[in-house]
Amino acid sequence: MRTEQLRQEWFGNVKGDILAGIVVALALIPEAIAFSIIAGVDPMVGLYASFCIAVVIAFVGGRPGMISAATGAMAMLMINLVAEHGLEYLLAATILTGIIQIIFGVFKLANLIKFVPRSVMVGFVNALAIVIFTSQLVHFVGETWVMYALVGLTLAIIYLFPRITKAVPSTLVAIIVVTLIAIFGDLGIRTVGDMGSLTQELPVFLIPSIPFSLETLMIIFPYSLSLAIVGLLESLLTSNIVDDMTDTESNKNREARGQGIANIVSGFFGGMAGCAMIGQSVINVKSGGRGRLSTLVAGVFLMVLIVALGGLVVQIPMAALVGVMIMVSISTFEWKSLTTLHKIPLTDAIVMVVTVGIVLVTNDLSKGVLAGVLLSAIFFAAKISKVKVTEELEMRGQKRIYRVEGQLFFASVNDFVEKFNFTDSVKQVEIDLTEAHLWDDSAIGALDKIEMKFEQNGIRIQFTGLNMESKQLINRIGGITKASGN
Amino acid sequence: MFKKILLATDGSEHSLRAAKYAVEIGEKFNSAIEVVYVVSIETSKSDVLGAASDFEIEKKRRDKLKSVKELIKESGLDYKTHILHGEPGPVIVDYANKNKFDCVVLGSRGLNKLQTFILGSVSHKIAKRAECPVLIVK
Repeated sequence: MRTEQLRQEWFGNVKGDILAGIVVALALIPEAIAFSIIAGVDPMVGLYASFCIAVVIAFVGGRPGMISAATGAMAMLMINLVAEHGLEYLLAATILTGIIQIIFGVFKLANLIKFVPRSVMVGFVNALAIVIFTSQLVHFVGETWVMYALVGLTLAIIYLFPRITKAVPSTLVAIIVVTLIAIFGDLGIRTVGDMGSLTQELPVFLIPSIPFSLETLMIIFPYSLSLAIVGLLESLLTSNIVDDMTDTESNKNREARGQGIANIVSGFFGGMAGCAMIGQSVINVKSGGRGRLSTLVAGVFLMVLIVALGGLVVQIPMAALVGVMIMVSISTFEWKSLTTLHKIPLTDAIVMVVTVGIVLVTNDLSKGVLAGVLLSAIFFAAKISKVKVTEELEMRGQKRIYRVEGQLFFASVNDFVEKFNFTDSVKQVEIDLTEAHLWDDSAIGALDKIEMKFEQNGIRIQFTGLNMESKQLINRIGGITKASGN
Repeated sequence: MFKKILLATDGSEHSLRAAKYAVEIGEKFNSAIEVVYVVSIETSKSDVLGAASDFEIEKKRRDKLKSVKELIKESGLDYKTHILHGEPGPVIVDYANKNKFDCVVLGSRGLNKLQTFILGSVSHKIAKRAECPVLIVK
């Protein structure tokens, strides 16, 4: 049974997987280079990362057909670490990121993703798109009209070439055309080679040369934690999307563990931390990729291309790369979220906008997500803290019955207590809690207070209809004498 | 002649008009109608991002089929609904050919010239590759 499933995951779609893997490899190269430049490291770091992560995740991932590699979301988080401490610390942080992710996977913390609301996810994706776009603007500084023209040409080819044929990826055509123009036109514009070195060698196993001390750990840990969280978030979101696109299921905890293993391997082989990529996974599925083989082919073919054609890759003008990245940011942005912004609940819209805002201010996706999750938790608490109290008179005006509906907990009790008229002229009060639920000390404290206040005014009080869980809570914590006898 | 009709729908006005034609043909030939809605890869992405849970996605998609379903139900014809995933054109062609339908009915999306130029026309592809008559309702 297990071998049968394994065979299906690997060889269920050989032709489609190999073709799609090749298409993805071609699309991965410019992104891996661009994300390396964003992080402030040599292009090789991103290329090695994409190779290692794709190959490893093909074997240990939980979502066949999903593409993982060096990503923009992760690159953003590394900028300061690289600028202040250098590449070796980034490699160490990458390994630690992997260890944290494995721990998340082992303790099945991947399930926690359900507490991240979709409005935060949409904010995350939109912020990522905006940050990828703005990170490209620096390449225009001090450039002439030639740069603008070539970027425009790149984008025109990317969007219009699919009308002629879809057999060849249009980004590849755009890069080749613009590179040829730059070489034969002798335009003297900046190329990938000017941004860092590119070696045509396979990665080798290396232990990062850093002092193994507590101090080092203190430097890299905050970065690794952010990387681990953002990496898992994007990976699990992507696996949800791939699940839906292919109408199949995946193993989320296995994916979390797999991402961890892939990052550890990447760090030891000179690569930066990465995660799953929505855009590349969409390209893979669209090109017919479904199985693990597609991810493996993408990684291996990427390395083959670099080893064989590295000399040409360094001649790609930055203009072509910037054009590709602008396309990536346009397709990453969730445009539908803008057109539906006024239709979704106001609180969801606020959460989305705040998530984006915090990311743009702090340049840190993890802070945006944290703020978004906290804000939506507060909104949720506010929403369920509305307690409804209805009242009616009985026994010819001698007894008043209050019916309570809602959740009684620390956030709802203040408003709740104010809903009672303690200076009533009735002799007896009944509080019907059939439709209410007591959650904590505050709830019991509030009922105690209500009991006390009515009794001070000489009104007899009785609680009825407590549900089982609420009774157990009272027994555990103690309080409200009348109710516990009920 | 038209015993098995495939009605491709996306919940839009155009596809509701197509459903009316499918029902009329169906009533003449006493056909069974299968309604399919294909969730494209881009739609998948925004559906997953735009809904709070898998159940909400499922519900939204079922809702899209609702008006078409009610229309066919009124006619009393035999019908089934399916939600498929992938590129709409090829998926519909594949489904129609594999299950030997006698006719495919679908609405033209009514895009303008620029949109058709960029997006291409799903209905054109289906008309070209399906092995049975195709009715494109404008």
